Amino acid sequence: MLYPRIIPVLLVHDKGLVKTVKFKDPKYVGDPLNAVRIFNEKEADELIVIDIDATANGREPDFQLIANLASECRMPLCYGGGIKNLEQAKKILSLGVEKIALSSSAIASPQLIAEIATQVGKQSVVVVLDVSKKLFSSKYECWTHNGKKNTKVCPIEFAQIAEQHGAGEIVINSIDNDGTMKGYDLHLAREIKSRVGMPVTVLGGAGSHEDIKNLIAQEGVVGAAAGSLFVFKGKYKAVLINYPNKNEKRSIISSLK
Amino acid sequence: MIGIINYGLGNIKAFSNVYDRLNIAHFYISTREDLKSATKIILPGVGAFDHAMGMLNKSGLRDDLDEAVLEKKIPVLGICVGMQMMANSSEEGTMPGLNWIAGTVKKFDFLAPDVKARNPLPHMGWNQIIIQQDSFLFNDLDEEKRFYFLHSYYFDCVDKQHSAASAKYGFEYSCVVNKENIYGIQCHPEKSHHNGVSFLKNFAVN
Repeated sequence: MLYPRIIPVLLVHDKGLVKTVKFKDPKYVGDPLNAVRIFNEKEADELIVIDIDATANGREPDFQLIANLASECRMPLCYGGGIKNLEQAKKILSLGVEKIALSSSAIASPQLIAEIATQVGKQSVVVVLDVSKKLFSSKYECWTHNGKKNTKVCPIEFAQIAEQHGAGEIVINSIDNDGTMKGYDLHLAREIKSRVGMPVTVLGGAGSHEDIKNLIAQEGVVGAAAGSLFVFKGKYKAVLINYPNKNEKRSIISSLK
Repeated sequence: MIGIINYGLGNIKAFSNVYDRLNIAHFYISTREDLKSATKIILPGVGAFDHAMGMLNKSGLRDDLDEAVLEKKIPVLGICVGMQMMANSSEEGTMPGLNWIAGTVKKFDFLAPDVKARNPLPHMGWNQIIIQQDSFLFNDLDEEKRFYFLHSYYFDCVDKQHSAASAKYGFEYSCVVNKENIYGIQCHPEKSHHNGVSFLKNFAVN
C-alpha cells in the first residue's frame, strides 16, 4: 500500500536553519546540513527545504547551498524559495533535487507552472500556497513574500488552476497555524484535498504525533508536513531534531487499512 | 567497474553518493570510450519520455549502448524513466523506446471500469514492492520492502515473466522488470534509504 508521507520542513534564513511562529520571529535552530544528516539517519520519508529570504529579498536561489543539501540528502528532497523561471528550476533539479516548489511566481503567472512541468515532468513541480484567514472571516487568501503580501487569491481556486497547469503536488501551508503547534487546520485540508486529483501535503500547526494521526484519519493518504514538531522537544521548545521511529509511525497511520 | 550513464538527465550524483558510502568503485559514462570500460551500467532518467529518449539519442552513446547491452550482454539497470525507455514505446510520447524488453509504458488509468480506486497522480511516496521472481537484486531487503515512487506512467510488459516485482496503486503493475542481463526499476532506490542501498549494492556486487 501507499503510505502517507511524514515530511520535516526546514526553513533557511541567513544560511542557518530557523523556525517561525505565524511567519514571524525566526528562531535559530541549527545548521541545515547537520539537520539533513540527522534526518538521513532517522530515515525520514521526504524533506522540504524552503529558503525564506530569497523571494523576500528579491534574490536568486542559493545554488551552492542547494547543491550541498542535495548531495547530503539520502531521501527525496523538495526545494523552494526564489524560483522565478525555467532555467532556475532545471538547474536546481540537475543538482540532485527531486522536486522544486513554486509559490509567489506561480501565483503571479500560472503559465510558469506549465512551462516548467512540460520540460521536467509534473512529478517534479510542487506549488506551495501560504494561506491565511482574516479574523472573523471564513475566506482563505494566499499570501506571498513571507506572509507580507496579500495576493487576495483564493487557495482552493488556485489549487485547481495549478493542477490544470501541470502541478504535481500542492503544499497547503496555514500561516495562522504556523509554529503554534496546536494542530492542523483540518477544515482547510479537506477543502483542498476534496477538490484536486494530485497529491496534497498539509503544513502548519502540527505539534504532536497525535495531530498527524488526526490528519491521516481524516484525509487518508496525504502528505503531513511539520516544522516545529521535528525541531523542538518539550514545552520549553528545546531544540532537538526528532522524527517518529518505526513503531510511532505505525501508530500514526493506524487508521488506514 | 560500474558506470553511470551521464547524458544530462537523472540524478547521477545520488547514485554516486550511495556507491561512495558503500566504497564501491564507479564512474560516469559520458563518451563511447568510457562505455568500453563498464562491466555494469546504470541508466538513470527523469522527466518526459521523449525528452529522455532525445537526450540519449543525441548523446552519441546510443549505438554502443545497444551493442553493450544486447550483444556483449553487459548487465544494465534502468531507473525510473531509464527503465521506461527500455520498452517499445510510451503513451507519454511518440518516440520509439530502446526495444530491450517488449512492452509499452502506459499512463495510470483510474477511470477504467475494472479499477476501484481513483488515486491521485502522480503516484508519489513510499509503497511496498511485491516480489514475483526471485532475484539477487532483492537480497537483504527488509520485511516491508518500502521504496520511494514518483511517477504517472508504468511499464506494461508483454511477457509477464519479465515482471520481477510489482506494486499496488489502484491496481497491481510491474515495478521491477528483468530480461536476461537487462533490469529496470520504477521506484527510486537512490532515495529509498536502507532498502534502496541494498538494491543498488546487489546490482553492483552480484
